[in-house]
Amino acid sequence: MVPLSHYLILSAALFAIGMFGALTRRNAIGILMALELMFNAVNLNFVAFSRYLPQTMLQGQIFAIFVITVAAAEAAVGLAIVLGLYRNFKSVNVDEINLMKG
Amino acid sequence: MTVTQAVFFLLAAFTLGAALLVVLATNIVHCAIALVFTFFGVAALYVLLDAEFLAAVQVLLYVGGITILLLFAIMLTSRISARGVKIMNEQAGISALVVFAILALMVFANLKGLVLAAAPLPASYATASLGRLLLTTYVLPFEVVSILLLAAMVGAIILAKREREKD
Repeated sequence: MVPLSHYLILSAALFAIGMFGALTRRNAIGILMALELMFNAVNLNFVAFSRYLPQTMLQGQIFAIFVITVAAAEAAVGLAIVLGLYRNFKSVNVDEINLMKG
Repeated sequence: MTVTQAVFFLLAAFTLGAALLVVLATNIVHCAIALVFTFFGVAALYVLLDAEFLAAVQVLLYVGGITILLLFAIMLTSRISARGVKIMNEQAGISALVVFAILALMVFANLKGLVLAAAPLPASYATASLGRLLLTTYVLPFEVVSILLLAAMVGAIILAKREREKD
């Protein structure tokens, strides 16, 4: 069988890739995609722990469901904000949106 | 190496490759398509972990919902055929350094600290009890999250709505 640490390392790698994307992307939609990657890494962790560790009430899977729900809400609001940004700045590059930079 | 292990490593390589493509591809549409493959890979890993319901939710919500939303946003904002645009900001080097440090820390902690749970628990049929728990023990968070979804929906509509009159 696959040991738990394999899943955790895979999830850590996925999280690191997503973090790199969130830190370096210029396109705001690209940043949102990287955020989704990080959400997926965390969910994978939850589900793996829920499969491997003894538990009474499926906490891991339940929490993963709530994370997915909140991620959906985040994506909807985030993309609405991106559309608003594009309407005001004619750009979705986050380094050009620096109105409050001193 | 058993069949399960082979499947796991194949899926892991597939998921990580697609995730790298999401982060590194220059065309934002290609990123969205690679994101779909990443989501499918994670869904397959859920099946491998005996979480069939979550795999179905992953495919329905991420592949069917969020990706379509992202593609809509891409079509509505950026010029797809824009070539020669820089995709990364000037923090790429230091970001890579920080990310590698964090990854090394996580892998080290994983290999060093976690000796428990080498083998999975006996498989249980989780979907039925998942539904039962959501409507009994976890009914309060369930309702709270539905209010959150309603608020997010209203907020998204208000944010994306065009202003009727310009001042």
